[in-house]
Amino acid sequence: MTMQITVPLLPEGLTTPSRFRNQIGKYRITRSSRCVSCGQCAELCPYGVHSRHEGYSRPLRPREDRCIGPDCRENEFYCVDQCPEQALSLGINPILETLGDYRWTAEMLIGHWYMAETGQLPYVDIEYSLGSSGGGFDKLRFRIPDPADYREIPDHAIDTGIRLNRHRDARADVNISLPCYGGGMSFGSTALPVMVGRARAARHLNTLTCTGEGGYPDELIPYAAHVITQVATGLFGVKEETIQRARVVEFKYAQGAKPGLGGHLLGDKVTPEVAALRETVVGNALFSPFPFHSVYSVEDHKKHVDWIKQVNPRALVAVKVSTPTDADMVAVGSYYAGAHIIHFDGSYGGTGAAPDIAKKNIAMPIEYAIPRVHRFLKEEGVREEVCLIASGGIRNAMDVAKAIALGADGCVIGTAELVALECVRCGNCESGRGCPRGIASTDPELGHIITEEWAENRIVNMYLAWRKQWCELLRQYGLTSLNQLVGRSDLLVHLDYLDEDERVRYNPAPVNRAVI
Amino acid sequence: MPRKYRIPTIMAPPRFPPVGKYAVVESREDCAGSCRNCVKKNCVYNTFGEDYRHWEMITEPEYLYSCLGCFRCVQECTRGIFSRVVNPDYRTLGDGYWRPEIIHKTWYQAHTGRIPVSGAGYRGPFVGEGFDSMWTDMSEIVRPTRDGIHGREYINTTVELSRRLTRLEFGQDLSLLSDPPPILEVPLPLLLERPSFGVLGENVLLAMAGAARSLGTMMLVQPEDCTGPLARYVDDFIPCLTRDNLHEYTEVVRNTRMVELADQPGVEEGIAGLRTLRHDLCVSVSIPLNKRAASRALELARSDVDTLRFCADSHGNELDTPEPRFLKEMIREVHLGLVRAGLRQKLNLVFSGGIAMAEHMAKAMLCGADAVTIDLPLLVALECRLCDRCIEGLPCPVRLEEIDPEWGCQRILNLVGAWRNQLIEVMGAMGIREARRLRGEVGRSLWFEDLERESFGPLFGERKVKEPASR
Repeated sequence: MTMQITVPLLPEGLTTPSRFRNQIGKYRITRSSRCVSCGQCAELCPYGVHSRHEGYSRPLRPREDRCIGPDCRENEFYCVDQCPEQALSLGINPILETLGDYRWTAEMLIGHWYMAETGQLPYVDIEYSLGSSGGGFDKLRFRIPDPADYREIPDHAIDTGIRLNRHRDARADVNISLPCYGGGMSFGSTALPVMVGRARAARHLNTLTCTGEGGYPDELIPYAAHVITQVATGLFGVKEETIQRARVVEFKYAQGAKPGLGGHLLGDKVTPEVAALRETVVGNALFSPFPFHSVYSVEDHKKHVDWIKQVNPRALVAVKVSTPTDADMVAVGSYYAGAHIIHFDGSYGGTGAAPDIAKKNIAMPIEYAIPRVHRFLKEEGVREEVCLIASGGIRNAMDVAKAIALGADGCVIGTAELVALECVRCGNCESGRGCPRGIASTDPELGHIITEEWAENRIVNMYLAWRKQWCELLRQYGLTSLNQLVGRSDLLVHLDYLDEDERVRYNPAPVNRAVI
Repeated sequence: MPRKYRIPTIMAPPRFPPVGKYAVVESREDCAGSCRNCVKKNCVYNTFGEDYRHWEMITEPEYLYSCLGCFRCVQECTRGIFSRVVNPDYRTLGDGYWRPEIIHKTWYQAHTGRIPVSGAGYRGPFVGEGFDSMWTDMSEIVRPTRDGIHGREYINTTVELSRRLTRLEFGQDLSLLSDPPPILEVPLPLLLERPSFGVLGENVLLAMAGAARSLGTMMLVQPEDCTGPLARYVDDFIPCLTRDNLHEYTEVVRNTRMVELADQPGVEEGIAGLRTLRHDLCVSVSIPLNKRAASRALELARSDVDTLRFCADSHGNELDTPEPRFLKEMIREVHLGLVRAGLRQKLNLVFSGGIAMAEHMAKAMLCGADAVTIDLPLLVALECRLCDRCIEGLPCPVRLEEIDPEWGCQRILNLVGAWRNQLIEVMGAMGIREARRLRGEVGRSLWFEDLERESFGPLFGERKVKEPASR
């Protein structure tokens, strides 16, 4: 009998609009000066693109992000045709050329903004599950399902949770309701309301988030059951009490964006608050070295794990490493040292600032690491006793599902949560006053343009939309739990491994519109 | 322990506004006029300066280079009059290999001396052609201590250009009988090369030569460059001679530390001639990187040459063939040929052509090079846009001929300083503290074909699409 986990009812989303008045949409509607403000378009459009208020001399600017584009031509309510003055025109928004990149395309960004606003999947024809990077997840597809396998199961009866403790030790079970938890982003690299908002979202969704390396701000204590304490190489702000209050403690050996390099918080970002929390000097740049200067062998690593287990007899230990050639050996070594969770951070992800040369070139993309580690742990006979978590370049719900089918138990999400908070991926996290969108900044002004509630709701909404995608995927294969998907690489195809006649049956990768 | 090698970097701003990537477009006719909430006043980067005033009062705006693309003005303007476009000039920068992005990052490095850093993860294609289908490896916990960027452990980037004995002979009394050749080292695996085109006026060459001297590396030049105003740099030059013009430049040969001969029949006699002229001279032979390069390397390696330099085209492609292989594969062929013949230790391999980014330097070395040369990046550091106008005899848009050599020198130092720091980054991650150990160290690299076969092969069988970068 399969183990049945009671699925806690997930909350409904709360519509949480953008902080900015002009939303970026896939299509662009132009209203020329011929408009006489008759109000016809506002009356017709069921999507609320046009709105006209009584007493206003002109209709408001169209809500372009709600427009379904030229396909609307079929409809009787197609505003462009119905406008008596022919004042409306419609086309692809040219700004898409300047938004997004190969991995996070403009459409993926726009799709995630919509999910974060509404908790629903976009109805506009945007490709939010595939990027145009030309490899890895963007070349993987789920096999076309057999319609006979389809099972009509309601969303609430589908289990999307994972068990984090599979080691047969006496430690507590930690079960989360999503196959993902939040990645470590430190106080100092992100604004405090963002950090607290993420923790609140984790509580709301019964999952976890992570402190990152910058210490444990008091503001997070109310959410302690859903916060992972990270112990990283700089040991900034690591105290016994922060380890004792966590259900999961994470050792960060390396991070995907800068594998083998360690971190660097610029002096400008070391404000009095950051310095106090990290127990350092204001204005002095902080280096977290690579690697732990006390760990040069698996035995040393075991000492570290034992240390945490001693300090907190309840906690599970997660080990976060990047993806070198010998990733499989690292996983097995980590398991034997007593880790409950082995977390591989692939080289294409990351949120914080890192040298471009490192992001592009060092270590392998996560897509390669998952199957080889999964296989190796299976051959070693320990796969069932460890929770394998993947991160680094996992952008959307389908990437999570693909990672699970390749052999991971779950994923850690960083960038997507920030995109939910309206990150545009401009990449200037570190320059000047920090993030102009108020996400990754401790600037006295910029660091406070987000509220905790807003951040919480947006992240909750995004994950609720993701959950809808997972449920639909599982239904198609007649599965009831994401755990049944683990290692089911037989359900995946890789376009480059298919014959031409097979390949054409699958959705091609979207064309890259952005100029890089 | 030798003195720690440092490259002094100082900000060297561009003389002309660089070709920027983005432009903010405003539909001014829809502007509300004297809006008190004008987003231009609130720009986080102060891109707009005073340009929020009435359009009749403002100066010609220059948003192109300074806009960092946060979309705040686009999204916050009460009338929604802002949009953003890609600068059409940006698209025409360089070509398919020297992409606009590479030129931009080169400018940034020459300007600031800093390595390009950005947040929010990698944003490029999963895999690409050439060097983009390999990754460098890193190590997790079990390597020796190092801390590259933060200076706790010194990472040595020195490489040699001089030949080595493969064995030493000793007499009965244990005295050394072998005569070890002189040692010529450069502190980084990068040589400068006089570009084959461009506005190569005296100031430009002075800037390059000055940079070579400050860096302690060598610059490949034409023999004519060794006289006149550049003569004082002759010690830093490697004049490129041929067997035929050798005798005309005996004076130059007397004053330099290294000379290069073009490969041609009888080049061995040329080398012998140089050796009789100067016993302590380093001699390189330049070989076109074509299908005969590997066999030619084997022949020449048996003579007492110090270094072989192979020249690919400016895109890193094999010469003289309609279906060229890329530098990566060519380096492997030459390197492995010498390894199999047991000759690789004797001499050094330098590769030219297509080295456009710091990562190319590291990857070329992993493939088996000892060092690489750069030519076009030197011009780009001096603001060149690779527009080829000079080739057509048209004036240079950034008036390269007028540069101050000192400024130019600093721009090149900044670029090379940033490149070296990036080399140190990847070496640190690999756990390698000696650039000489990078050579041919494929065990510290990951290759697309291998990763696909090992990770995806067991799941999906055989790859049907051969080229890596299909979309």
